[in-house]
Amino acid sequence: MTDNKRTCLYHRHVAAGALMSPFAGYDMPIQYTGITEEHNAVRSSCGVFDVSHMGEINISGPHAERYVNHIFTNDVSGAPVGQIFYGMMLNRSGGTVDDLLVYKRDADSFLLVVNASNIEKDYAWVVENAREFDVEVENLSEELGELAVQGPEAESVMQQVLGINCGDLSFYTFREEMLDGVHILVSRTGYTGEDGFEIYAPHDAIVAMWDALMQSGRVAACGLGCRDTLRFEVGLPLYGDELSDDITPVEAGLSMFVKTDKPEFIGRDVVAEQKAAGTTRKVVGLEILDRAIARHGYDVLTPEGEVIGSITTGYRGISVDKSIAMALIDSRYATNGTELLVQIRRKRFPAVVTSKKFYKKSYKK
Amino acid sequence: MSKIYYSETHEYVKVDGNIGLIGISDYAQHALGNVVYVDMPEVGDDIEAGEDFGAVESVKAASDLIAPVSGAVVEINEHLIDNPRLINEDALSNWIIKVELTAPDELDSLMDEAGYAEFVSNQ
Repeated sequence: MTDNKRTCLYHRHVAAGALMSPFAGYDMPIQYTGITEEHNAVRSSCGVFDVSHMGEINISGPHAERYVNHIFTNDVSGAPVGQIFYGMMLNRSGGTVDDLLVYKRDADSFLLVVNASNIEKDYAWVVENAREFDVEVENLSEELGELAVQGPEAESVMQQVLGINCGDLSFYTFREEMLDGVHILVSRTGYTGEDGFEIYAPHDAIVAMWDALMQSGRVAACGLGCRDTLRFEVGLPLYGDELSDDITPVEAGLSMFVKTDKPEFIGRDVVAEQKAAGTTRKVVGLEILDRAIARHGYDVLTPEGEVIGSITTGYRGISVDKSIAMALIDSRYATNGTELLVQIRRKRFPAVVTSKKFYKKSYKK
Repeated sequence: MSKIYYSETHEYVKVDGNIGLIGISDYAQHALGNVVYVDMPEVGDDIEAGEDFGAVESVKAASDLIAPVSGAVVEINEHLIDNPRLINEDALSNWIIKVELTAPDELDSLMDEAGYAEFVSNQ
């Protein structure tokens, strides 16, 4: 028996025969038919993920915008309602508390969507730093479920199966509306490199939408296994792999989401210095010149055998048929084309530094 | 006539005389899912019962291969280099390494086919 939490769709996953596994304190589906099949469904047509484990924290009140800008690396000032920002919350050393999406719901109301593994840490962080601001912080994680409908056919599936018209939603925007008497939030976002949508709603509505999607026969049920292979191939980071409490977003190559022209935010001094002077470590892409697969934590070495970093994520690419990885290494070796070695069990294999964008994103802007 | 033995870590050894063919069970290949890479030792390497001698990688993760018996590697299944999925198609025909047994007594501590079937039914 486990003490893991369950999403509102747990019984649907078990009934469908999904392989369940603990993730971030939840029993989550890793795969239904197979990671490769599900991955390909998202790239070629449409897949749906239960991502109800993700956390939602609402910040509202007269100082909401000022406060979000205080704890968040991106700049939300003056944004229109319905805009979404990707960025990070940093600790005072510039390390990453979490990477997250911020939804501007109103002039004085913002929704933070955070990683499941960090909900408690993030909520405590947001509450602790809010003392001098006139804001209300609410953890909505237990009340809201979330579905991600992803793939080139996602827009027509949303419209034809769920009755949600998304044609007017541009990339990184959202809308709140009533669907069958229930308040839902729909955004054109995702974590796969494909066009797609994320829907936040109360549990009963999430289950009803899941059932409709399954009955339509147009959508593959997808587990967290292919969520990871999909995000990895397009170079998106995963907290715990490419980002952590002691990895800054500048080291992870995410400077474009760190607005150091803002006068102030927690961790700003460290990342501003790194943007100006460079970092000693950097997350890079690697292509391993063999069939062997480099996994998280494996050593990366110079041709002379000096350890200069480690693998953060590695797979046999599914859309890109190669052994590929991301690694956090000494910046002196981070230039594309640099030849390195990766220690895989007893042997060392040659690898070459490449772009992290192994596969091209197909967002609909 | 060969006889098949299984370990609790889901490797099999098919024994004929002092030669053993070592692979992973059908149960193991099913639990792993799509096999994308098999890390094999080299011909001439010694393997020791209970120690890892390589790994089978699915999309998601690497699983160590634990030697069910001790021996010297006399052949590796080279078809698996380019076609690791052969293990998913037929795990029992697509053995991974061929060894010359150095301690045949070790077979006594392994399960036979019926014993293994019962073992996995309790997993």
